[in-house]
Amino acid sequence: MRSAAVLLLVLAGLVAGCTPTGSAQRIEIRIHYSHFDPSELTVPRGVPITFILINEDPIDHEWLIGDAAFHERHRHGTEAHHGARPDEVSIAALTRVETTLTFDKPGQLLYICHFPGHEAYGMVGTLTII
Amino acid sequence: MRRLAAPLAALAFTMAIAAPTLACGGLIGPNGAVNLLRTTTLAGYHDGVEHYVTAFEFAGGGGAFGSIIPLPGVPSSVVRGGDWTLQRLVRETNPPSPFALEAAGAAEDRAVVLQQVRIDALDITILKGGGAEIGVWAKEHGFSLPPDAPEVLDFYANRSPIFMAASFDADAAAARGQAVGDGTPVHLTIPTKNPWVPLRILALGKTAGESVQADVYLLTDDHPTLLPAPGSKLAEGGLRLAHSDAASAELLTDLRSDKGMEWIPQSAWLTKVEIDAAAADLRFDLAIDASGAGKPSLRDAGFAPFGPLPAPPTWTPLWVMLLVVFFAIPLGGGWLLAAVARNGGGGRPLAG
Repeated sequence: MRSAAVLLLVLAGLVAGCTPTGSAQRIEIRIHYSHFDPSELTVPRGVPITFILINEDPIDHEWLIGDAAFHERHRHGTEAHHGARPDEVSIAALTRVETTLTFDKPGQLLYICHFPGHEAYGMVGTLTII
Repeated sequence: MRRLAAPLAALAFTMAIAAPTLACGGLIGPNGAVNLLRTTTLAGYHDGVEHYVTAFEFAGGGGAFGSIIPLPGVPSSVVRGGDWTLQRLVRETNPPSPFALEAAGAAEDRAVVLQQVRIDALDITILKGGGAEIGVWAKEHGFSLPPDAPEVLDFYANRSPIFMAASFDADAAAARGQAVGDGTPVHLTIPTKNPWVPLRILALGKTAGESVQADVYLLTDDHPTLLPAPGSKLAEGGLRLAHSDAASAELLTDLRSDKGMEWIPQSAWLTKVEIDAAAADLRFDLAIDASGAGKPSLRDAGFAPFGPLPAPPTWTPLWVMLLVVFFAIPLGGGWLLAAVARNGGGGRPLAG
């Protein structure tokens, strides 16, 4: 009986760790050796998603999420730093940043680091909204 | 790490020089432009000491830029190198045509700064630290690293946490009257048990399909054993043995007469390895066994699995083993004898 209660508590803790806190769902994305982990995500539409972006590299990165036209603009952009918009985030070396977004329409978006050479090196992820 | 046999180590030295095709592989200037034309490097090994000579060629432009080079150990000195050693080595295996001769006739934790030396317009910093720490240091000193830098810096730091960062002040060079193409040689003396030539760093910042081309010269007292062996499957077809012969007395005399090159021995074997590999395939270094044992280190070549360096051996494990021998065996033997006595001496059988 006692062990069953402990098991329930552990399960409750695990569930609390990966389900919405308040109204927002939290998802960790690690950046290691200039790659996103995970590089494929699926989220529900209409639910606020808080992305916790953890840069484990000693170099700066960025996390920009959007459609093809959005990324085409940023491939030729000159902004050295992002921060005012939740879909355009700069993550300094060895730091973590949180940003919250709500996706209204189902579909697929890409998250990419547009620093020179980073996209070609593989800093690309796919977010599927269902 | 393999220890070189003392008599052979006293004679052996290894020399590596990257030819003019070698691109600057490390740090890139704040504006993203690499205006360091080339990094030319010589690594020599003699009597347990590695001699590293690198020349940085001024390519014009302004601002600061530089290069980072992994080292096998902490240098005991950093001084200006000889004036023409590198060029003499290139000439030995790339003799100019008669026409040309005629014409010429006319980081959390932070990286520890171990040494800082100013040579001409070049600021040399010897650093100790992990890959992340070196990367943070580079960022704090105004350089942006390419996306493959975190992995490449870890690749080297796991083996030897010593790096040389060379920052070239182009404005100072111009003020000194240095012309485009002028080189600044740097000579590092590094006591180390084993030489190796960093090759993977040459691919830093290159896309997978870009080619890396360089010439590596080795000078040993005997025929050296290399890993990966040129032409082998391990080398991914990127290394070719271009020259292997006894070094001429004239070459050794010439080298010895340059500034700071008196350590050149009386006889040596000259080997030239040409590197022509796609950046994605150049994921190894060149390990050299100059001892004659014929066993270059997998770890020095970057093939062995990495991890924290093992703690230096102490006598403690030996004492523990001795204690086991002196106490465990008698105790175990006693227990066994007692068990046999219990079971064989009129007691119940062990089985059945």
